Amino acid sequence: MSLSRLSSRSNLIPRPLSAAISRLISTDTTPITIETSLPFTAHLCDPPSRSVESSTQELLTFFRTMALMRRMEIAADSLYKAKLIRGFCHLYDGQEAVAIGMEAAITRKDAIITAYRDHCIFLGRGGSLYEVFAELMGRRDGCSRGKGGSMHFYKKDASFYGGHGIVGAQVPLGCGIAFAQKYDKEEAVTFAMYGDGAANQGQLFEALNISALWDLPSILVCENNHYGMGTAEWRAAKSPSYYKRGDYVPGLKVDGMDAFAVKQACKFAKEHALKNGPIILEMDTYRYHGHSMSDPGSTYRTRDEISGVRQERDPIERIKKLVLSHDIATEKELKDMEKEIRKEVDDAIAKAKDCPMPEPSELFTNVYVKGFGTESFGPDRKEVKAALP
Amino acid sequence: MAARIHGGAGAGAATALSTFNPKKLVAPSRTNLPAARSSKRCIVAAAGSDASKSLRVGHSQKLIANAAVATKAETSATTGTGHELLLFEALQEGLEEEMDRDPHVCVMGEDVGHYGGSYKVTKGLADKFGDLRVLDTPICENAFTGMGIGAAMTGLRPVIEGMNMGFLLLAFNQISNNCGMLHYTSGGQFTIPVVIRGPGGVGRQLGAEHSQRLESYFQSIPGIQMVACSTPYNAKGLMKAAIRSENPVILFEHVLLYNLKEKIPDEEYICNLEEAEMVRPGEHITILTYSRMRYHVMQAAKTLVNKGYDPEVIDIRSLKPFDLYTIGNSVKKTHRVLIVEECMRTGGIGASLTAAINENFHDYLDAPVMCLSSQDVPTPYAGTLEEWTVVQPAQIVTAVEQLCQ
Repeated sequence: MSLSRLSSRSNLIPRPLSAAISRLISTDTTPITIETSLPFTAHLCDPPSRSVESSTQELLTFFRTMALMRRMEIAADSLYKAKLIRGFCHLYDGQEAVAIGMEAAITRKDAIITAYRDHCIFLGRGGSLYEVFAELMGRRDGCSRGKGGSMHFYKKDASFYGGHGIVGAQVPLGCGIAFAQKYDKEEAVTFAMYGDGAANQGQLFEALNISALWDLPSILVCENNHYGMGTAEWRAAKSPSYYKRGDYVPGLKVDGMDAFAVKQACKFAKEHALKNGPIILEMDTYRYHGHSMSDPGSTYRTRDEISGVRQERDPIERIKKLVLSHDIATEKELKDMEKEIRKEVDDAIAKAKDCPMPEPSELFTNVYVKGFGTESFGPDRKEVKAALP
Repeated sequence: MAARIHGGAGAGAATALSTFNPKKLVAPSRTNLPAARSSKRCIVAAAGSDASKSLRVGHSQKLIANAAVATKAETSATTGTGHELLLFEALQEGLEEEMDRDPHVCVMGEDVGHYGGSYKVTKGLADKFGDLRVLDTPICENAFTGMGIGAAMTGLRPVIEGMNMGFLLLAFNQISNNCGMLHYTSGGQFTIPVVIRGPGGVGRQLGAEHSQRLESYFQSIPGIQMVACSTPYNAKGLMKAAIRSENPVILFEHVLLYNLKEKIPDEEYICNLEEAEMVRPGEHITILTYSRMRYHVMQAAKTLVNKGYDPEVIDIRSLKPFDLYTIGNSVKKTHRVLIVEECMRTGGIGASLTAAINENFHDYLDAPVMCLSSQDVPTPYAGTLEEWTVVQPAQIVTAVEQLCQ
């Protein structure tokens, strides 16, 4: 992305910094320190500082990627209403800061596993828009070859383990990945994400117990958007302090609508997990859409509540204000960026619409692995068996 | 009630199963098992096609006298060598060899480490390989099965032990949705090379909840393979093959078979996961069985031979997928099928096998496929009642006589 030089502007506002900064923002890594919106609340540990190290480049990247995620989810909404996406579609708009902040704090060797609200996390891990839309529409070039759907996005080379439909089942998987990381001495951590609804699952506590016993580098991230489908958190959980639920495991409560707070918390959690074992992060966030596309989202909460959060806490607006106040880009430049993003998303959708459906033979592929595996077939076995090593 | 089947020679003959401890069994008829078998002859043959021979290292085709029901792997070069051990030791040997061979193999389960395993299958492994490779888990089947599957997604090869197969019902979600399906829903990105193993089946008055046969519940899960071992030879072979397989494999052991003794080869061998085992070739009727019922069938076979029948006994071993090749060849030869299983009547392995045989080999059948299964009841505690929930040799004899009319 290229931003035009607006030298006239830098003369108008007497800021010594802006005169010195060249407007080639794409390579600008001038450090900026940003204060998080709220202090962290900690359980059994010392909270990290509120000052987050960042840079102008990172601010712009945050804005751009979050706007891309937002646009992608809204486009998915329209596609669903046009019946191009079927089944279940769980949208992440409003929660983008969690995905972005986490990515900024970790490497691609660190693993992320999440539940079914996975489109944006997949994008953050390096997935392409085309793969997302193709998979959502069940096409051949989708990230899971069209056989997974909205709830089953995976990206093995970026250590993104999905994409799971059964609430809570991904947390033991995540602790297993952390176990493997410890076994192979990888110096990496696993972020096992779940929601406030899943926080009441027994298997979470089982997995947490084992992680704490065996000192596994697992970080449990509760994306608390305050509603488990249609049930508000105060109706589902006796103790809504999800970061304290670990009891003997330390926890941190984070403002999930502030990407920098998320980044700081994840950085802190990674250092902690590599040294001391599991930690719980509770991200206080909000989703604008209903639980899924089949849920209007307004029967259990008021429209005022939704628009109130949108006005006061929207993560993209927050970054936008920071970008403007730090004079990194102008209002117009950001609008141009958004237009560009819109076009990018539309192009990806058009390309995905052209992609064909999977071949009928794909029905039977990847049920088993070939080799010592087998193929589902009848009595006339013509397959040559593999030689054992 | 169950007929007493008397063998000719005295018990304790130096045969493979002569040290089969009758006290481990409930029904009186089984106390004669060693004697009944000592004079049996069994032909060892590679099942089905020639292609399978290459996979049975050291397996021979010669007639072996006095070998009871186990198929033996004695080549002419190694006759006389080999070592005798019990079935649980064979499992342990297989597990240990695979752990030596591949550092990614690890074991997790309750009491597998310091305690040595509740059936001693993992005895000594924790001392040898350390706590990171032989992991004592807390009692949370759902979580540790999920963790094993998560670890497998990254490339480790965990062997997950359910202390009793029945406990794995708590982990059904993980086994069905994650273990079986992740390879498919990820478009092939992740493989799940786990082995889930544990003892199941009706034991000696263990009560209803500890006498379950889970193979019927798991058989519909797409993406998994299921095998059942029955002798020390195939226990070791199947364990090794399951660990090496890239697919998730559920290995069903039986509580009452852990103390079977047999001589197995010294050299390394592996059994094919998808192949059935020809226990006794014959001409008149095909009897399909697996796990512990194999021994009931062989006991019944002794009586049947005396009465002039020539049953062909096949241990199907591979419960998912069925080895329809071997089974088909047998059906084409004998034209009569009897299935003897320990699974429940409703929705059990026998039910699926009956359907598969009827679908594929209907033209070759002279009589309807008969299936003898356990009763559709929770296993009672009382010894006599428990005896009657499972199929007894006398019932097998009656069924064969009925089919062969």
